[in-house]
Amino acid sequence: MIPAPFAYHRPRSLQDAIGLLAEHGENVRVVAGGHSLIPMMKLRLAKPEHLVDLQDITELRGIGSEPGTLVIGAMTTQYELIGSELLAAKCPILRETSLQIADPQVRYCGTLGGNLANGDPGNDMPAVMVALDVVYRVRGPSGERDIPARDFYKGIYSTALADGEILTSLRIPLPAEGHGWAYEKQKRKVGDYATAAAAVVLTMSGGACTSAAIALTNVADTPLLAQHASEALVGTNVDEPAIAEAARRAQQIANPSADGRGPVDFRIHVAGVMVRRAIVRAKQRAS
Amino acid sequence: MAKMQITLKVNNREVEALAEPRMLLIHLLREELGLTGPHIGCDTSHCGACTVDMNGKSIKSCTVFAAQTNGAEIITVEGLAGPDGSLHVLQEMFREHHGLQCGYCTPGMITRAYRLLQENPNPSETEIRFGISGNLCRCTGYQNIVKAIRAAADTMNGAREAAE
Repeated sequence: MIPAPFAYHRPRSLQDAIGLLAEHGENVRVVAGGHSLIPMMKLRLAKPEHLVDLQDITELRGIGSEPGTLVIGAMTTQYELIGSELLAAKCPILRETSLQIADPQVRYCGTLGGNLANGDPGNDMPAVMVALDVVYRVRGPSGERDIPARDFYKGIYSTALADGEILTSLRIPLPAEGHGWAYEKQKRKVGDYATAAAAVVLTMSGGACTSAAIALTNVADTPLLAQHASEALVGTNVDEPAIAEAARRAQQIANPSADGRGPVDFRIHVAGVMVRRAIVRAKQRAS
Repeated sequence: MAKMQITLKVNNREVEALAEPRMLLIHLLREELGLTGPHIGCDTSHCGACTVDMNGKSIKSCTVFAAQTNGAEIITVEGLAGPDGSLHVLQEMFREHHGLQCGYCTPGMITRAYRLLQENPNPSETEIRFGISGNLCRCTGYQNIVKAIRAAADTMNGAREAAE
């Protein structure tokens, strides 16, 4: 399969990349790891006339921290997330999620920023970012702005990113020491999108849950923050009735479509199972 | 679109090529450079038959544009054997343990296993299966592929210890 023709650009700075986007208007796409865009181009579902490759822009890479915040460059690959000692110690749900994305070859190329900015409801990282209440930093011709992950997703392939803007980094509020986490994903096979998946981050103190965030992948047009479900855990000791109630509330907001992964009822059922399993594992890991 | 001049290193040899921006790496390798080891299987980045090593990473060459590899170092299955044609340990072990039937997935499988063993010289069976989960084989049921990779690891580790 051969994509439609395009002109290839490989800027060395973010400023140059933004300039290219402004110059070429609607007929331009940026490419990060390329493992969503290039298959779309081969199918000619995407036909950009200009392709701006971000691979040489070093300021978009890297994993670091500031007081109270983890900062990850948008071009950081899933492979780099998996290998990061800092993230393993401070925010291990990113490693757990990365390991469930696609396959090894794709994870060497696939970037966190691409996974987040693409707006595909099947991508796994958006729900994790929603659970962690991450802030996306974007830059465009008129400067820089911050968009909370919880306000970013508008619909299928539709996000708050404006034309000409590039997602540059993620700012993760440092999760509490001893927090529990889990990303549970049911998929039919390696490389598939989730039938349903759930991200859970919670904190326990003296046997009681003091905070919880639950988010769902691929059961709606956007990732879903299951706020009402999270509230079913807070103040409880996360016992069976609380878990059952949280799973039930999460299922109430799930609105998947029927596809090869199953009919609607099945996918809602799986969403409940994933939430339940993720809560149980997050609780086990909390200290 | 005008063709672009690209320079890369393939199997330790400097290569210059002219490529349309939309040319995929797999087509550069197979059609321009005559390296037909990497295969086109699914052409949708699932099957891994087109796997090559780029800058120390296993990648699917059907999902990278040749233009993106300007300045890169590529290893294909043709680059694993010695200059005298002697087989790489992985190739020997795939033969020894019958790690292939039709052979279509084999170049991608071996190239992926090469990188896996560079990163993890002593993988468990589970780690091998996870490590090759981006490569599909429709003949073998994977049993003998896993055995071959494990045997290659043992042989390479034995050689390393003997050298120390």
